[in-house]
Amino acid sequence: MTKLRSRLAAGPYMAWMIIFMIVPLLLIAVFAFTTTAPFDRDGNRLEEEEAALIMEEELAEWEENEVPLEERESAVVEKTVFTVQNILEVNKYMPTMLNSIWMALVATVICLVIAYPLAFMISRMHFVSQKMMLMLVMLPMWMNFLLRTYAWMTLLERNGLINRFFGLFGMGPFEMINTQGAVILGMIYNYLPFMILPLYSVMTKIDNTTIEAAQDLGASRLSVMLRVVVPLSVPGITSGITAVFIPSVSTGIISRMLGGGTNMLIGDLIDLQFLGNAYNPNLGSAISLVLMVFILLCMSITNAFDEDKEGGMLL
Amino acid sequence: MRKLANRFYMGLVFLFLYIPIFVLIANSFNASKSRTVWTGFTFDWYRKLFHNETILKSLLNTLIIALIASVLATLLGTLAAIGIYNMKKFTRNLVINITYLPIINPEIVTGVSLMLLFVALKIELGYVTLILAHVTFCVPYVILNVLPKLRQMDNNLYEAALDLGCTPPMAFRKVVIPEIMPGIMTGFLMSITYSIDDFVISYFTHGATSQTLPITIFSMTRRKVSPEVNALSALLFVAILVIMIIMNVSEMRKLPSDQRRRAAKAEKKGGRA
Repeated sequence: MTKLRSRLAAGPYMAWMIIFMIVPLLLIAVFAFTTTAPFDRDGNRLEEEEAALIMEEELAEWEENEVPLEERESAVVEKTVFTVQNILEVNKYMPTMLNSIWMALVATVICLVIAYPLAFMISRMHFVSQKMMLMLVMLPMWMNFLLRTYAWMTLLERNGLINRFFGLFGMGPFEMINTQGAVILGMIYNYLPFMILPLYSVMTKIDNTTIEAAQDLGASRLSVMLRVVVPLSVPGITSGITAVFIPSVSTGIISRMLGGGTNMLIGDLIDLQFLGNAYNPNLGSAISLVLMVFILLCMSITNAFDEDKEGGMLL
Repeated sequence: MRKLANRFYMGLVFLFLYIPIFVLIANSFNASKSRTVWTGFTFDWYRKLFHNETILKSLLNTLIIALIASVLATLLGTLAAIGIYNMKKFTRNLVINITYLPIINPEIVTGVSLMLLFVALKIELGYVTLILAHVTFCVPYVILNVLPKLRQMDNNLYEAALDLGCTPPMAFRKVVIPEIMPGIMTGFLMSITYSIDDFVISYFTHGATSQTLPITIFSMTRRKVSPEVNALSALLFVAILVIMIIMNVSEMRKLPSDQRRRAAKAEKKGGRA
């Protein structure tokens, strides 16, 4: 009895979940597979040109007879029809999508390379220092990512601080902002803590005695790393990779701020279809759908690597 | 020698993480509008910041929306966690998997999908849609924080309370709620943080007059030179720093002193590896 009643406590959330989580995703799928097409009043599909011609004639006739606005009834009606055109059209943007994936991959690999030694060093530190270092890692993360990215705009500018620094040695100025490198740098800067934290939380569980045992058995420093630490930190590596790759591949703002519109990413594409000049929610939904499926696939691949399902949880 | 190299490496990474922020803060005191030439010390940008109606209004918007959305999300999420905990295995796993969706999904997809929903339902974009959207992406964090606390809870406690004469609602209030309170609080705090920080989802669900702070910041960074943004960053950084220090100190205090000593000793013993 109490069990049944407490199950009802989830009722409001279930309703919320259906309305605000499931239905919106279904809407994306619906929009991705539909488009609006002109029909006549009898329900026959019209060609675009045909419809335009009819509407033109209608308008001329209405103007001539001075038909008031509310009495104008067009012979052409817009109807929503099923189509795969949007999905096929996503193909046209394949270069942008591949570019996004490539840049996110580069950023993820660099993050892993930077974060791995750092996380290991932190995990071997004194208990109190560990806490301090973690705070230092997390602190920048708490600043809004727009401000963090804006900070790099200042540094990378043509007459920004980095170029002035190089100028002291008679070098440069280098073209840094509005390049692909700047966008990747922005991704690394923004998402590096997402790599450090899961790595750290797995590594801190590796007991020092395990490492000492390997050393006592004659393992070199390198083989201790490769054969003990790395295998034990696999869950952290996989969750770090997902935590960096997913936001990197779907970001649109970093590229707009640091890439100056020259390096479009998937996020920019979607944005353009919904709020930009290229207004076309159907195509935008199709791109979103493709992105979503791609990311769910990535997740299931990394999950397959992850034997210990709860290891290195960041969220 | 090796220790020195380690220190150097850590120093480099932290330099990378902090230099941009320090440059922003330094520039907030720079009299020149140019971000690279230092012409003198000034508090002007701070004064201008506090007279900037748009920023103040969007700050207020952000705080109000974060508070309402987090309270709603915490209520909804806590109830949901209790319900989910008592569900049969199949439904429970299904609901938990769906709950993960907004966390896994790219923010832009969540934002766009909610925008489509609001347009389809003909709800005008504004405060209401922002709050609905924020509750939606905050609830999962509450649920995922409260559920583990429910699992850790000893069920016998609840039954003992009933045996000792508590009515079920009373036992719930006196036994279950205190047990899961840490999870509820973490969920609430995470909701507030994510709500204040959110840009992408708000960007797709806000109306013309309901700008939140991140949206205002975004439009300010579009106009290349806006030193008020520097001042704002500096203030936010200091605020966050203070909160972090307070949180850490109180956490340290909470550890009983002997446990701290033991942890330190264990560290020292293994510290040579």
